[in-house]
Amino acid sequence: MEHLLKVDQLKVNFNTYGGEVKAVRDVSFHVDQGEIVAIVGESGSGKSVTVQSIMGLIPSPPGMIKGGSIQFEGKDLLTLSKRQMRKIKGSKIGMIFQDPMTSLNPTMKVGKQIAEALITHRNFSKANAKNKAVEMLKLVGIPNPEARFQQYPHEYSGGMRQRAMIAIALACSPDLLIADEPTTALDVTIQAQVLELMKELQKKMNTAIILITHDLGVVAETAQRVLVMYGGVVVESASVMELFENPRHPYTWGLLQSIPDTDTSEKKRLVPIAGSPPDLFSPPKGCPFAPRCKYAMDICLEEMPTDYDISDGHTAKCWLNDERAPHPETFARLGETENA
Amino acid sequence: MPKNLVEIKTLKKYFHLGKDVTVKSVDDISFTIRSGETFGLVGESGSGKSTLGKTIVGLHQASGGEIIYNGKKVAELSKEEQRVANKEMQIIFQDPHASLNPRMRVGDIIAEGIDAYKLLKGKQRERRIYELLERVGLLPEHAKRYPHEFSGGQRQRIGIARALAVEPKFIVADEPISALDVSIQAQVVNLMEDLAKTEGLTYLFIAHDLGMVKHISDRIGVMYLGKMMELSDSDDMFQNPLHPYTQALLSAIPKTNPKMAKRERIMLQGDPPSPTDPPSGCRFRTRCPLAMEVCAKVEPSFKEVEPNHWTACHLYDA
Repeated sequence: MEHLLKVDQLKVNFNTYGGEVKAVRDVSFHVDQGEIVAIVGESGSGKSVTVQSIMGLIPSPPGMIKGGSIQFEGKDLLTLSKRQMRKIKGSKIGMIFQDPMTSLNPTMKVGKQIAEALITHRNFSKANAKNKAVEMLKLVGIPNPEARFQQYPHEYSGGMRQRAMIAIALACSPDLLIADEPTTALDVTIQAQVLELMKELQKKMNTAIILITHDLGVVAETAQRVLVMYGGVVVESASVMELFENPRHPYTWGLLQSIPDTDTSEKKRLVPIAGSPPDLFSPPKGCPFAPRCKYAMDICLEEMPTDYDISDGHTAKCWLNDERAPHPETFARLGETENA
Repeated sequence: MPKNLVEIKTLKKYFHLGKDVTVKSVDDISFTIRSGETFGLVGESGSGKSTLGKTIVGLHQASGGEIIYNGKKVAELSKEEQRVANKEMQIIFQDPHASLNPRMRVGDIIAEGIDAYKLLKGKQRERRIYELLERVGLLPEHAKRYPHEFSGGQRQRIGIARALAVEPKFIVADEPISALDVSIQAQVVNLMEDLAKTEGLTYLFIAHDLGMVKHISDRIGVMYLGKMMELSDSDDMFQNPLHPYTQALLSAIPKTNPKMAKRERIMLQGDPPSPTDPPSGCRFRTRCPLAMEVCAKVEPSFKEVEPNHWTACHLYDA
C-alpha cells in the first residue's frame, strides 16, 4: 500500500545571527491512512519544525528547507507553488496548534471561521456552510451549537476553543490532521476530553493524525506508532507497544525513567537525564545525545549512528544496537537496578 | 505527631474585579503543614492554588482568616518578628524566564535576599554565593553571567539558590517544574528532595502534574474553584480517592503504560464554571457524575471522613 504521507531525508536550517541552526536533520517517516502517529521530543528537538515543513509554514528567510522530499498523495509538497499548497492546506491537511487563543481570529465569529474553510475549499454556499459549521460544532461536542456559532473566541473557554480549532481543521474532512501539542495548554480533565474526541473523530472520519507531544502518557493512550526526536534527529521509531516494552535508545530509556510511576506506593528516586538539551548551533559531530548519554562509546562522539532495524517497523539510531557493541539489554537492566 | 510549621485557618482571598464582581480565589480554607513535610497542592487552572501559596508567604494580603507560622499569628507579629518570618518563608516561581531580572548578574540575583537582610558583605558574601551555586548544581564562575545565558532548568536552579540564600525554613514552590522539559523536571525534583533533607526544608509544592506531586509529596490537598475538596496522605489519595472530583482528576492522568491505557475512565462533562459565579452548594456539583439534590442547596463541610483523610462531599454525610 502506498503511504498517505512520506517524508524522506528532510533537512531544515535556520539562519540566525548566531549562525546556522540545523533544526531538522535527515528526518524520514511515513503516515498511513487512518493511523495516529505521535512525535515526542523536548524543546528544540525539531518536532514542530518537521510538521511545519509539511504545512509549508517555515518562514523563509530565516528558514530554509535544505533537502529531502515530502510526498503526500503522490505529490512532493516541497515542489508545489504557493497557490497549489493553498489548495491542500485546510482542505486535505488540517492543522491544530497548541494555543487555541492565538490561533483563532479574535475579531471573527467562531462559526464564520469554520464556514470560511468550507466556502474556500468546498465551494459551499453561505447557507450550506453555516449548516455544516453548526453540524461540526455539534460533532466536536460544543453544547448549544447554534448560539455558539454566533460567538467570538473570547466567549469560549480554553477547552471549547481547542474543540473549535478541531472543528475548523476537520470541516473539509482532510485526509491528514496535524496536531501540534493540542492539549499542552489544557487542564488534565479537559485534556482527557479532547484526546477522546480526537480518537473518536479519527475512527469516524478515518483521518490520519500526526500528534506532537512531549507527554509519553498522551502517546501511550492515543497513538499507534511513535517517533522519538532529539536534536533534530529521529532517534527511535516503533509501534507504541514496542517502544514502551522494548525501547532501544538510551534517550528513550531516559525519558521513560524520568517520569514518576503513579501506580506504586514505593518511593523510588527519579532517574533524570543529566546535562542540558543540545546546543543546535554546534551540534556534536556524532550522535546528538552522546554528550548526555551514560552509555556513550568513542564512536558515538565521532560518527552519527545509522538506523538499526530492531524488528519490523522498529528502528533505533544508536550504536549500542550494533552487533560489535556491548549488548544494550544489559545496559537497560543496569538502568533498572540503578533505579531501584 | 510532628509540630505544625504553618497553620491556615479559614483563609480567604477575594479579588474585586468591579462593582459587583468578586472572585473568591481562596474561600474559607483551613489546613496545616507539618514541619519537614512536603505538602502537595493540586488543582486545575483557576482553582486558586497559586493564590493560596502567594497569600501564605504574604505576596497577597489575606481578605480574611489567619496564617499561623511557627505557632504565632503572622498578622500580630512585631516588626522584627515579621522580618524574621518573611526571611524564613520563601517562594520559587513557575516561569524561570520571567522571575529573574535580565539585567542583573546571577550572583547579584542570588544575593538579593542577603543584601536586603544585610546578612553578609564583601568576601563572605561572595563565598556564600559560590557555595549556593554549587549546592544547586551550578558552578562558581556562573555568578558573573546573566540569566539569558542559561537554559530553563539552570534558571530554575538559580531561582532555588536565591530562595536558599536567606536560610529559609519554609518554601512555597509555585509550579517549579511546569515550564521545564521532561528530562530536566526530574533533575529539579531530585535537587529539591535533596535540599529538603540537607537544609531541613518544608515545602508547599504547587503543581498540576499529579504524577510529580505524588512522587514528591507526603500529603496532598486537592483544590477546586477556591475550595479544598480533599486532603490526605499522598499514597492514600491515589489508592483511595474519596471525592468524585479527585477520582475524575486521577483517572484523567494519561498512563505511561500502553497496556494499562485501555481502562475505565471517569470523563468529566463540560468545563469548570467561571470563578466569578460559582455554583451554589458544592462547587463541583455541575460536573459531578454523582450529584444529588442536596448538593445544590447545602455547601458540604470539610471534615475528617477517615483517619487523616479529609473531604468536602455530601456522599460522606453520616
